[in-house]
Amino acid sequence: MPRRSVIEMELIRGYPEYMRESIEMVAKTREARAKEVMRRLTLEEREEVLKGFHPDYKPDAKVEIKIGPSKGEKAPKEVERLLEAEPLIDESDVDLTKVDFDVDILIIGAGGAGTVAALWAYYSGVPKENILMCTKLRHGDSNTMMAQGGIQSADRPEDSPAIHYLDVLGGGHFTNNPDLVEKLVMEAPRIIKWHESLGVMYDKDANNNFIEISGGGTSRFRMHSAKDYTGMEIMRVLRDEFRNLGMKVLEFTSAVELLTGEDGEVTGAVLFNMETKQYYVVRAKAVILATGGFGRLHIMDFPTTNHYGATGDGLVLAYRAGARLVDMDSVQYHPTGAAYPEPIVGLLITEKVRGLGAQVINKIGKQFVFPLEPRDVEAASIIKECYSTENYVVTPTGLRGVWLDSPLIELLRGEGTVVKSLGAMHRMFARFGIDMSQDPILTFPTLHYQNGGVAINVNAETDVRGLFACGEVAGGIHGKNRLMGNSLLDVNVFGKIAGISAAKYVKHKHSKGKLTLNHLKKYRKELKEAGIKSELKSPMLLPDYRGKAVLSRKLDIVV
Amino acid sequence: MEETKMIKVYIMGKEHEVPEGLTIMKAIEYAGYKIVRGAGCRAGFCGACATVYRKANDYKLRVALACQTVAEDGMYLTEIPFVPANKAIYDIEKVTPKANIILQHYPEVARCVACNTCTKSCPQDLKVMDYIQAMKRGDIAKAAELSFDCVQCGLCAARCPAEIVHYHAAQLARRIYGKYIAKPSPNLEKRIKEIEEGKYDEEIKKLKQMPLEEMKKKYMEQQKNAEKERD
Repeated sequence: MPRRSVIEMELIRGYPEYMRESIEMVAKTREARAKEVMRRLTLEEREEVLKGFHPDYKPDAKVEIKIGPSKGEKAPKEVERLLEAEPLIDESDVDLTKVDFDVDILIIGAGGAGTVAALWAYYSGVPKENILMCTKLRHGDSNTMMAQGGIQSADRPEDSPAIHYLDVLGGGHFTNNPDLVEKLVMEAPRIIKWHESLGVMYDKDANNNFIEISGGGTSRFRMHSAKDYTGMEIMRVLRDEFRNLGMKVLEFTSAVELLTGEDGEVTGAVLFNMETKQYYVVRAKAVILATGGFGRLHIMDFPTTNHYGATGDGLVLAYRAGARLVDMDSVQYHPTGAAYPEPIVGLLITEKVRGLGAQVINKIGKQFVFPLEPRDVEAASIIKECYSTENYVVTPTGLRGVWLDSPLIELLRGEGTVVKSLGAMHRMFARFGIDMSQDPILTFPTLHYQNGGVAINVNAETDVRGLFACGEVAGGIHGKNRLMGNSLLDVNVFGKIAGISAAKYVKHKHSKGKLTLNHLKKYRKELKEAGIKSELKSPMLLPDYRGKAVLSRKLDIVV
Repeated sequence: MEETKMIKVYIMGKEHEVPEGLTIMKAIEYAGYKIVRGAGCRAGFCGACATVYRKANDYKLRVALACQTVAEDGMYLTEIPFVPANKAIYDIEKVTPKANIILQHYPEVARCVACNTCTKSCPQDLKVMDYIQAMKRGDIAKAAELSFDCVQCGLCAARCPAEIVHYHAAQLARRIYGKYIAKPSPNLEKRIKEIEEGKYDEEIKKLKQMPLEEMKKKYMEQQKNAEKERD
């Protein structure tokens, strides 16, 4: 298919004519397919499709980390480069004797995990004046806000925390930290109750119980949702509560380096006001990292579902301060990113679409995979269909994809279900003239989640004293693959634990530590010994999407 | 490969050439602006990229989310960095779901003259005026339902001639609905009690100690016997 201007191409209800031919084939097989159930793959078959087609298994995808506490372990090369880059600041840039904010707890990141941690630190008795949160974007601009499908909690009589536990472990290929998984599943129902006490509006049935559906790799209906705005609904309620309590957040202010004391414990951070370009020195008894993931590093050149600030900063900060990373060799590609139309390529099409019954269909109108395999298996199966068969659909800009048969939802659950239960998705496609309740939508895997991260224990403590981590930046909970609905759960459970643990820690810590950048000395020495001289600086803070033509004429004149 | 067609856009009045087909946000970046304030989720959920624009040869000011709207030839546009709207401060434990509760916290809601400017300025196409009218009637459930898809970009409040802060008032309505009008789930209450009584401790302990091969078998069994959609 030659590259053509989409705007010049005549579109019929959002699609060019040649794509309509395939859409018709999908429509033709729909009624018969409604009753057809694909077999789930065995563990061996899962392994085979992963090895053959998952991007993690490409030979050039991962490299060994050359320095630091996780030396010798593998990470995506895009991450490894940042872990071995030059720090943004050094000792001569900042005056650490002048403290701008002197607090008990500093929380870096203001998405779901950070906000939950702040609230629970406050509930645990830390005065609000002694809690400071900072974020590189606005409060709430985060992957939590974008989580659509739902949050898992085993609360139906047919379900149990033990069943949830085994689903999580199996989904993660039995590589998860079992203690963290236990916390995750046992705390889940109490998180939902806390949300309700704050006023989160979950979807409910006539008996006031939750409307729950299944997700990939879950063996029970366990997904609680708020239409397909679940994360947004949770995030805006948490943020509203934070504001009502009069707690403090610094927006457009990122952390550029942690500060450490004489024993290597974390004692604060250097923050950078991205608008005024000034720095702030924060002294804190404890620091909670809640910086989220790394989707904006575009691992393996994939587009991403992630928010603008997801550049893995927390990994870099923690690693330099001496924290170990786990499971960095595995990256989550969401099976269904939008593959068409072009302006929304890579954006998330929630798993809830499949949870409600939509099947994954190839160009000739046939199913080729059980729609709710764990995410890595589902994604690999779609890549396989697109790159080892002829049964894929090509977009006008040359991308490959397969159909997600969303009209099947209307057939299975009644007319109007798509608009009612998938309002965000329906709106996103309607903006481009596509009615997904009538026509299928084209999808291909997209970079979605950082499975691994900073190692934590059940108290959300990292290996470095005074440093806590929660949410996507932390690793071990999901092992090598996270299941749907467990990230919203994760940010809440471990945000809560981090807030409570940090509060306990600061209560027993009477003196504040020295503020030094001594860990950078050690880090630079290691870089030198390993013979690494990087042109790159990290943390990245924000990706740069400026046009090449402009950048080629750039001058660094200060105005 | 065909050459990409270029279009002209006017970002804050300044002319730039960008490839056609880009979203407004990507067009701004292509033109050379590194966005700090004005991009959040980049997927239509956070409301950070509220944009006011005008089409070529048109007088009408329109609104959109920069990340969800394609730039057009001749478009004049600017992102709105911030809306300094008032948010009421309240203790959710102390508010009650009585009919006039929203008006108590946001008395300006009563000033609505039903001009419908808010509805016309909503990039989510919500029936904003209808939910304000529901608040005036004391129908909190309706206000919560109609405002549910709000991304809190603030464009409604920025354009309202009656100075109403629709999106904050709606947040209060939804929280009252979620906390007081929606009833607790009996299943959830029961499960929390069971967890607190330690009902699942033994079973999870057993799973944690189970040899890997046995656990794998148990897992596949569980997957095979997954719940099916009820008829």
